[in-house]
Amino acid sequence: MHCKTLCAMALAVAWCAPLPVRAQDAELGKIREEIRQLKDAYERRIQGLENRLAEAESRAGKAERSAARAETAVAQPGIPAGGENAFNPAISLILQGTAARSSQDPETYRISGFAPSGGEVAPASRGASLGESELVVTANIDPYFRGLLIAALTPENEVEVEEAFFQTLALGHGLTLKGGRFLSGIGYQNEVHQHFWDFQDAPLAYKAFLGGRQNDDGVQLKWVAPTELFIELGAELGRGRSFPSTARSRNAAGAWTLFAHVGGDIGTSTAWRAGLSHLRTSPRDRAFEDVDSLGNPVAQSFSGTSSLWIADFVLKWAPGGNSALTNFKLQGEYFRRSESGALTYDDSTQVVPQFGTPINAGYASRQSGWYLQGVYQFMPRWRFGYRYDRLNFGSVDNGIVANGLGPVGGDFPLLMAGHRPARNTLMFDWSPTEFSRIRLQLASDKSRFGLTDNQALIQYIFSLGAHGAHRF
Amino acid sequence: MKRLLSIAQLALLAAAFPAAAALNVFACTPEWGALATELGGDRVSVYTATTALQDPHRIEARPSLIARARSADLVVCTGAELEIGWLPLVQAQSGNPKIRVGQPGYFEAAGHVPLLERPARIDRSMGDVHPGGNPHVHLDPHNIARIALALGERLAKLDPGETAYYSRRAKIFLDRWREATARWERDAAPLKGASLVVYHRNLTYLIHWLGMREAGSLEPKPGLPPTTAHLSELLASLRQNRARAIVRSAYNDPRAAEWLAERAAIPSIQVPFTVGGSDKAKDLFGLFDDTLARLLAVAQ
Repeated sequence: MHCKTLCAMALAVAWCAPLPVRAQDAELGKIREEIRQLKDAYERRIQGLENRLAEAESRAGKAERSAARAETAVAQPGIPAGGENAFNPAISLILQGTAARSSQDPETYRISGFAPSGGEVAPASRGASLGESELVVTANIDPYFRGLLIAALTPENEVEVEEAFFQTLALGHGLTLKGGRFLSGIGYQNEVHQHFWDFQDAPLAYKAFLGGRQNDDGVQLKWVAPTELFIELGAELGRGRSFPSTARSRNAAGAWTLFAHVGGDIGTSTAWRAGLSHLRTSPRDRAFEDVDSLGNPVAQSFSGTSSLWIADFVLKWAPGGNSALTNFKLQGEYFRRSESGALTYDDSTQVVPQFGTPINAGYASRQSGWYLQGVYQFMPRWRFGYRYDRLNFGSVDNGIVANGLGPVGGDFPLLMAGHRPARNTLMFDWSPTEFSRIRLQLASDKSRFGLTDNQALIQYIFSLGAHGAHRF
Repeated sequence: MKRLLSIAQLALLAAAFPAAAALNVFACTPEWGALATELGGDRVSVYTATTALQDPHRIEARPSLIARARSADLVVCTGAELEIGWLPLVQAQSGNPKIRVGQPGYFEAAGHVPLLERPARIDRSMGDVHPGGNPHVHLDPHNIARIALALGERLAKLDPGETAYYSRRAKIFLDRWREATARWERDAAPLKGASLVVYHRNLTYLIHWLGMREAGSLEPKPGLPPTTAHLSELLASLRQNRARAIVRSAYNDPRAAEWLAERAAIPSIQVPFTVGGSDKAKDLFGLFDDTLARLLAVAQ
């Protein structure tokens, strides 16, 4: 085969070479002949090596020999396995679980001062509980597309599609198009799979502003610039199926995002990435339950536009860039959301309602939040980390209260609690290999107005099967 | 900021008007970067993704790698799953179809040499084993020669107007390499039969080439850090069968090796492992010169 290529090359050269070059033909021919001889010599050596190897194998163990041969033949690069299995996708499985205790009941978890996101944002359940088991199936579809499915088997015995998308392989020019359900490229942590997070749960800002994370149904177009500095621009159009948007029947996109990331190295020891992202949605009747000042249930809902900005950065350091022994990771994100539209207050489901009919008025809010976390691997396998979370209530302009339509500030204990939630989290984990991790996490969580929730948990994360590559 | 912008502009310009260097080569590890430079000369511009001081098993798909892969015409890697933890992501995220697996722009060195230690059975309980065999192929100069032949052909295929140029460089390199190999084999004669304790099984091809023996590894299983229990076992077995030296690569933690060396009373040495792993390992020739010199120093 090599010879054929060489001959073809030789022909091509002879054909295309302008006249003066032909004079060197003799010399070239000589070179080629010598290369051919070299190749022959090496091929003989390869043969010799293989013979030696076969000898060693036969000495190694007679009983296993034939089976081993059959299997090693499969493993030989360049000779793919045959049969129906040959095109099986890569499959991996993530197993996780927690044992937790907390001073406040996770069932009553809320972030005072912020509209509930309806996502899975509560801390780990008390006692032992299974986390989501994730099944990941991925393969190239054809020369043009790659496909991936992540199905989460929830501890409630349900199956959720976390991600299911196709991605183009051959667009070129740095472009990649993705379609289906996928983790949005906004922010930094959003695209990191949960089993690879450095803490068991999401930062408060992700819980309050994205309901844990943004994974919408839609399309994403990304472009990487042909520069030495990493520059990536992306845009997504989506259905807006979940908080901060609401799913609805509409012949248009319900959410769109824009994001830009830049990154590079500082010397050999440090790598960094920073980004700016924007998410814009227009929720309709985004409803949640609250209680009025007497403690009776009311329904509230918001319709309008929601716009979120995220600034993120991550910096990874390891001595000489060798992360095997020690390494440090610093990560932080800042969220800023403004919403404007109308709020509806409805206590008509009460037996003896104060107002009885839905009350509707203008509503606008500007709220923000951030977190900063550092994780240090101080020796192989062992890491500890600290995270500080903070949300700022900001300004909320509630027309129902301001215009004296009836309900007062005390009737909006969730939306109008001028509270600045904060949380301190400590983490300590041990990873015997890259496929297993056991973590101890302690947190003091002031998400609820006037209450401190002290949490402690042990978590395990195991991954089986195909070796996945992890994002930076 | 101004500087960033001008860097970006320059890079954009560079992309818009391909420079004289015809091929952008992205080498996963220093040895392949050095080989591409030998074979491609000034027709290639080589970017090496990792250094000799970095454990090749623990590289991350950092942004700079994605940016470099974006403009690469050829990715030269080891293969045999050595880069499985980061390269697939870099390939996917760069949006560069030229360097996908199976394309001419993707070159796997391990595909051109016979692999040793192909496991008959694979299971993660055996540690970080590579199903295709041991991927650290570059410390046998005959492997380098085989890979050089194949890589030379690949360069010529990607830069078809310059076939003669690459053929000539391949010949010059291989002539020098053949001479050097003969010299190394002559000089290394005293090493034959010597038994070595390694850190990770990344010197297998070197040991095989020179007819040495591996008396054990500091890692209890491939990829797992040394443990006291395992080192004690190793120490006991070394008291029965003495080894010539404990050999570790430039990127390995020296502590375990020194612990064992002191108790077993055998020397512990560091070899460059790849180009850049020592002051003298400036290129592939220097790599082998220095590796043999360090081994011979403890063999006498």
